[in-house]
Order: sequence, then C-alpha cells, then structure tokens
Amino acid sequence: MICVNHLTKKYGSHTAIEDLSFSIEEGKIYGLLGPNGAGKSTTMNIITGCLAASAGTVTVDGIDHFEDSRAAKRLIGYLPEMPPLYGDLTPYEYLCFVARAKGLKGEALEADVREIMDKTRITEMSGRLIRNLSKGYRQRVGIAQAMLGNPKYIILDEPTVGLDPLQIIEIRTLIRELSGSHTVILSSHILAEVQEVCDQLLIIADGKIAAAGTIEQIIDREGGDGTLSVIAKDEGDLSEVFDGIQGIERVQPTDADEGLLGFTVFFRRGSDIREAVYRSFVSHGGVLLDLHANVPTLESVFLHLTERSEEISPEEPVSPAADAKDDGDENQEDGGYTPQFR
Amino acid sequence: MRAIYQKELKTYFSSMTGYVFIGVLLLLSGIMCLWVNLLGGLSNFEYTLSMVSYIFLLIVPVLTMSVVADERRNKTDQLLYSLPLGTGRIILGKYFALVTVFACAVGVMCFYPLILSLYGTVNFLSAYAALLGFFLLGCALLAFGLFISSLTESPVIAAVISFFSLLFLYLLGSFASMIPAGASASFICYVILAALLCLIVYRLTRNGFFAGALYVIAAGVLCVLYFLRPALFEGSFPALMNWLCVYDRYTDFANGVFDLSAAVYYFSVTGIFVCFSMQSLEARRWNEGRSGL
Repeated sequence: MICVNHLTKKYGSHTAIEDLSFSIEEGKIYGLLGPNGAGKSTTMNIITGCLAASAGTVTVDGIDHFEDSRAAKRLIGYLPEMPPLYGDLTPYEYLCFVARAKGLKGEALEADVREIMDKTRITEMSGRLIRNLSKGYRQRVGIAQAMLGNPKYIILDEPTVGLDPLQIIEIRTLIRELSGSHTVILSSHILAEVQEVCDQLLIIADGKIAAAGTIEQIIDREGGDGTLSVIAKDEGDLSEVFDGIQGIERVQPTDADEGLLGFTVFFRRGSDIREAVYRSFVSHGGVLLDLHANVPTLESVFLHLTERSEEISPEEPVSPAADAKDDGDENQEDGGYTPQFR
Repeated sequence: MRAIYQKELKTYFSSMTGYVFIGVLLLLSGIMCLWVNLLGGLSNFEYTLSMVSYIFLLIVPVLTMSVVADERRNKTDQLLYSLPLGTGRIILGKYFALVTVFACAVGVMCFYPLILSLYGTVNFLSAYAALLGFFLLGCALLAFGLFISSLTESPVIAAVISFFSLLFLYLLGSFASMIPAGASASFICYVILAALLCLIVYRLTRNGFFAGALYVIAAGVLCVLYFLRPALFEGSFPALMNWLCVYDRYTDFANGVFDLSAAVYYFSVTGIFVCFSMQSLEARRWNEGRSGL
C-alpha cells in the first residue's frame, strides 16, 4: 500500500499541493484526475521519489522515501508525462540500461527485457533508434521501462496525451492488461479515459483532494440531486401539479416563452419521477410539451468540484487516514472516504 | 553505477563526442610531439604535454557540456531520479565514463615516449610521471566541467561557462600578480569572493534567506578580522589565487618532477567537484519546477 500523508510541495511562495493525504490499495487501477496545473504531476513525482516534498511523508509498503529511497523506488515503475527516452539508443539497449539500473543481471535481465518487449508489442522495433520511432511506440517504450523489474506499483503520468485515437485505444488496453499483475496509478484530465480504465478515482483541484472513491461513490456523494426540466402549456390548474409526487425535493420555476410554463424539478437520485409527473399533468388538465431528466455525471461532478475547490477550507484538509478512523468499517469496505467541505 | 557508466560510454562512442575529444587530443599531442621532440630534437615528452595541456580549455567543455545538462533538457533526469540508484551513483557513473574516454586518449599517448626512444634517450620515469600529472590535471578539470554541466539545462551555456571558467583558472596566476599585496585590496577581494560563493549557494539551495544570511555572516567575520588583525590579509588573496591555480601545479610535472602534493591537490579538486555535482543533482530534486539557467 502506498500511503501519502499530509504532503505539501511549495515552490517559493507558490503552493503546488497542500496537505494531500490518501492511500493506494493493491490490485486496482487508480485515476488521478484534475485540471491542468492541479498538482497531479507534482504528486506523482513525489510518490516516485523524483521530487522532494516540502512537508509530509510517502511510504511504499511501509518504506519511507526519506529513510530508504532506493528500497521504495524498487517497488515503483514510473512513466513521466514526457517519456524519458534516449534518442540515440535502440529500445532494446534502452531497456537493458534501465533493467541494469534496476538491479537485473544476466539471463534474468535478458528474459525480462524480451518479455516486456513482447507485452508492450515493441519487439519488431527493438533494433531501431528511439528518435526514429513514432510517438505511440515511444510511449510504449516508456511504459515498458516502467514495467521492467516487475514493480508492484506502476505510475503513469498522462500516458495517452498527444496520441492518435488508435494509439490511445492500444495504450488503454495495455494499461488494463497491467492491472492483473500490478497496481496502476494514472493521471489524466480526460474524463472518458479514467471512466473507462480506472477502478478508483482521486480528484485533485488546486493542490488538494476534492473527492476520492469509485466513480459511483463520487457521483453519489458529490453529484447532488437529479433535475427534471419541464415545459408545459399555460393551461389548466397547475398550481398543485407537483404536490404529492414521491421523491421531489423542490420545484423552481424557470423562464419560458409566452403561453408556456417552465419548471426545474429537483428530485432525489434513485427515484424516477417522470411517469408520476406526466400523470399528474394529465390529471390536472395540463399539456406537457417537454420532459427531460438530468442525472449527475462524472463530468458534472468534476466541473462542480474543480470550480468550487477554492471554497475548500484549508483548516479542514481531506485526510483518508483521519476519515478511516472516523468512519470505521464503512470506509474499510469501500476503500473510500468522505471529503470534508465547509 | 555500472549501468550509468555503460550507458554513458555507449553514448560517447555512438555519437561524435567521444571520437572528437580523443581525436583532437591525439592530433594536437601528435603535432606537438612532432614539433617539439622530433623536429626540435628534444627527448623530453614532458615539454610536449605542457603545451598540450592548454587544449583542455576547449575539449573539456566539449566533452562535459551535455553530461548532466542534456538529461535535464530532455527530461531524462526524471528517469534517473526514479531509478533505485541515488545521485551519488549517477554522478560517479557519469564521471568514470568521462575519465574512461580521456584515459583512452592518454593510453595512446603512453606510446609516444616509446616511439621517441627509437630516436634517442628518453627518461621514461619523468615522461610517464608527467603523463600521470597530465591525466590527473585532466581528471580534475573534467570534474569541474561535470559540475558546471550540473548547474544548467543548456549544454551551450554549460560549455561557455566551462570555457571561461577554465580560461580564468589559466590566467589566475597572472591575475594574482596584478592584485596589490596590501591588506585592504585582499579584504575587498575576499568580500567579493564571499558574494560569489553565496550566489552559488543560492543557486544550489534556492534559499535566498540562507544565502543572504551566509553572506552577512561571512562579510561580518571578514570585517572583524580586518579591523582586529589586518596583517592577516596582507598578500593573502594573491597567495590564495596562486594556490587555486590548477595549471601552475602542473609545472613541476612538466619539469620532470613528480610532485606528490600536486597529485593530492588534483585528487582533492576532483573529489570536491564530484561531490558538488552530486549535491547539485540532489538539490534539483528539491527545487525542480523553478526556472534554471
């Protein structure tokens, strides 16, 4: 398990991440989601030991980076945002270099390099200079170096950025294949990608954790009510048309054209009130012209969280460790926690 | 360390850098050997090496400019940081690869006294002692170039800084004779030197308060010493400059004397700049994301 506790990184007066706390459980694909500049890469760089934190600790399977960085790094494979490749080496030479640096020798080195090249499908390009490879193949070589030495955790920083749609599909397939034998953490600002690939999400905004958990948990917690947009003719007695319908939280009139009435109906998620609304309009002599339900999506939650991130109280940082203690078994089961907002 | 060493060596010999370094060094030493020893009729290979040593001004920046700066420019330093190596092993691997390329050239130059012996009497001991001194001088300057390369992400800037720094070191002896021997001149020079050193400290730590406080303390100590014991400063700065002049130490080797203190001096300079390079690389882990040179 990777435990990140109260991590802060400051560049002079600028705070890149502030009091970040979360934990990474084994065998899952985690998505670090956030807008550009939110602190995703900084967080990953600190977890991998590329960057030193201003405050806080990172432990990898109980090993503190500060105390035994080399042992911690042996457990992690890392692909930075820009694949760290040497253009004047071939993929085979490059991977042999990384494997040697990770402590592999002799036949084990050769076997591991061959196996990883097969898995990442770069064997046919193994003799060409890296600078002559396409971006997709370079990305594969980058992922291959992260996989060398069979690290327990593989951390990928925006692995599909700049790739064409076909290459994106190939890389996502490769990441899913990795999840069988590794714990994967990937960062992205592409919602569709994390929805498709990840089991768990960590949404970062302005250097703080805005939400964490599975996609469903985050939508449940942060999505708020569903809404129903209703447009009807201004006919009949509609003053009590929404009364008595189960699940409705509140109704808000909206602007509508002349002769029409508009409503936004807020309802509890999980309940489908469309049929009841339709029947109520009919029974009250109303003419329903448009009925459209909007349920919260990851996109709406993400926009909501990243827009309001400035409202997060600095005095109440999100701490899964603290939340785990507070929430007890509930959070132990789902691996999530409830962020605290003011 | 071995992985870095092998990779660096491969890089030098898969590009032109290693061949250019060795080729230029051998070409110049060959021309000098022909001119001084064969055409000049002198059997002292030490004199040839003494003249060849000036080529370090050009070839050391060429060989060292990319060694760390390129890693940062191409973002491959992130790979090095994420590997279970540590900055010490990274720098040592790179430094030994530099020394190996230089040793290849020096290895070929070892045959020169043997060739000269075909045409006359050669004092092999003094010739090979001079070659050892030449090698140690080169190693010290390569460590210096490595350190300069670790300060910037631009190989061109690293090469320019290395060149002018080495030129300054060459001329240090001449500059020393220009500085008045009086206490006040030395005091002013020390205050300026302290400012430069604190600037380097700031560059490494990015901590303005720490560097500023260090300078205030250093300047305060200098002021106190100057007013209490001005005699301490008389002629001391020119003496320090002469002591720092790495090329002057080679004079004894060139005269056929194996100067053990000079050898220790070169080892010390090498060790100091290799350590500085390690610290510089480590410092980047703390300050990455800020603008560099």
